[in-house]
Amino acid sequence: MELIAKNISFKYPSAKDYLLKDVNLELDNNKIIGLIGDSGSGKSTLCKILSGYVREFEGEVLFEGKPLAKKGFKPVQLIYQHPEKVMNPKWKMKQVLEESWEVSDDFLSEFGIQKSWLNRFPQELSGGELQRFSVVRSLNPNTKFLIADEMTTMLDAITQAQILDSVLKIVKERKMGFLLVSHDMDLVETICDEKIYLKDINAAMK
Amino acid sequence: MIRKKANEREQWFLYRANLRTKTLVVIGLSALIIISIFISGYFIRDIPTNFVNANQMPSLEHLFGTDWMGRDMFQRTISGLGLSLMVGFIASAVSTLISIILGLFSSFNRFADEAVAGIIDLFGSIPHILLIILISIMFGGGVLGVVMGVGLTHWTPLARVLRSEVKEIKTKEYISLAENLGKSKVWIAVKHLFPLIISQIIVGVILMFPHAIMHEAAITFLGFGLPPHEPAIGVILAESMNYLSSGYWWLAFYPGMSLLLVVLLFDLIGENVEKLLNPETAQS
Repeated sequence: MELIAKNISFKYPSAKDYLLKDVNLELDNNKIIGLIGDSGSGKSTLCKILSGYVREFEGEVLFEGKPLAKKGFKPVQLIYQHPEKVMNPKWKMKQVLEESWEVSDDFLSEFGIQKSWLNRFPQELSGGELQRFSVVRSLNPNTKFLIADEMTTMLDAITQAQILDSVLKIVKERKMGFLLVSHDMDLVETICDEKIYLKDINAAMK
Repeated sequence: MIRKKANEREQWFLYRANLRTKTLVVIGLSALIIISIFISGYFIRDIPTNFVNANQMPSLEHLFGTDWMGRDMFQRTISGLGLSLMVGFIASAVSTLISIILGLFSSFNRFADEAVAGIIDLFGSIPHILLIILISIMFGGGVLGVVMGVGLTHWTPLARVLRSEVKEIKTKEYISLAENLGKSKVWIAVKHLFPLIISQIIVGVILMFPHAIMHEAAITFLGFGLPPHEPAIGVILAESMNYLSSGYWWLAFYPGMSLLLVVLLFDLIGENVEKLLNPETAQS
C-alpha cells in the first residue's frame, strides 16, 4: 500500500510564484515518516493535496496505484492542527463522531475521552479534548493512510504524548500508513523512522 | 469595588434589568398582544348589526365607534386583524419554505448557486404589488389567491440572506471534511448547513411577517384580495373610504392605526429576537 505523489506543482490563484514545484514523495505503511518544513513552506498545502482537499494542482497523487476517487470516503484522512475549525459548532460531539463511524466505548477510553463529553458542544471542550475527538473521527475503519498536519503543536507535552501514543498503537495494529508533519525536530526524531525535509524535495525553494 | 449610583440610567420601568431581561420582556409583551388579537379574532364570528347605533363616534361603549350598520368597529378591527394575521402567517410559511429550499439548493455547486441568485434577482425586479395581484388572480383570488400571492413573492430577502450565509459556511473546513468522509451534498445541506442557518431563518420569518400583512391589506384594499364578506383589515379600510367624506373619520383611523401597531410590534419582536440570537448586533 503506497501513497505516491508525482511531480506535484501548485500555486495559489492569487500568487505569482509556485509554492510547490515538482514535489515527489513516496510513502508506505512500513515506515513512519516525518515531514519537516518551516512555517509557510507549503506543508499544509501538500497535506491537503495528498488527502484530496485541494484538487486543482499539477501532477498526480496515486494511492494503491490509483488516483483518489472524487466521491465517497477517502482512504487518506487528514488531521488538522486546529480541531475547533473542523467541527460544526451546532453539533454535539456524539454527532461529530457519528459523522465518520460508530466508535466503541473501549476506543473512546483508549483516547481518554470521557462519556460525558459526548453530549457537549465543541465550544465546551478544550483544545486537547477536541483534538482527541478529531483523531478518533479520522480513525474510521476504512482509513488506510493518516496524515497528521501539526496535529499536536498546540497541545502541552503530556497530552501530546498521550494522543500520539494511542494513534501510533492503532496505526501499527491496523497496518496503516502514517505521515507526521511538524516543525518540532525532537518530536520527529523520537517517533519517525525516517524524516524528509520539504525544502529538499521542493524545487520551488531552491 | 466602586459602587455605581443607583439611579444612574439604570432604572427601567419597575425594577433594574439588564439588556437581556428587557429584550425578553419586550418580546413577551409584543407576542402576548399579537396572540391575543389572533385568538380573539378567531372567536369573533357574527358582529350584531344595530341600525339605531349606526355611525356613532368613538365612546366608552364603542371604543372605535360604530359603522353605517351599527356594528362595533373595535370588534370588526380585531377580527379583521386576526384574519390578516392568519393570512400573513400562512404566506410567511410558504415564503420561508421556498427560501430554505433555494438557500440549501444553492450549496450544491456553482451552477446551482448562480441559478438561485438569478431567480432571486428575477423575482426581486418585478414590482411587488403587481406580482402579488397577478399571482392571486392566477390562483382564482380569495384567501388562497392572497396567501399564494403574498407567499410566492416575499421570499427574496430571506433567500438572499440564506444564500450568502450558505456561501460563507461552505468555506469552512468541516464542510470539506464531511465531503472527504464521503457524505453527499444533500446530507451536508441538511445536517451541516441547516442547523447553522436556523437563527437567520427565525429572524427572517419574523421580519417577513409585517411585510406580508401590509401587502395583504394593500391588495385587499385595492380590491384584488379577500372578498368583501371576509372582514379583513384591507376590506374595512376600503369600505371606510366611502364614508370619509361624510366625516366618519374613525372608520379609517382606528383600523389603520391598529394595523400599523401590529406591524410595528412584529418589527419590535424581530429586532429583539435578532439581538438574542446574534448578540454582536445588539450593541450597535
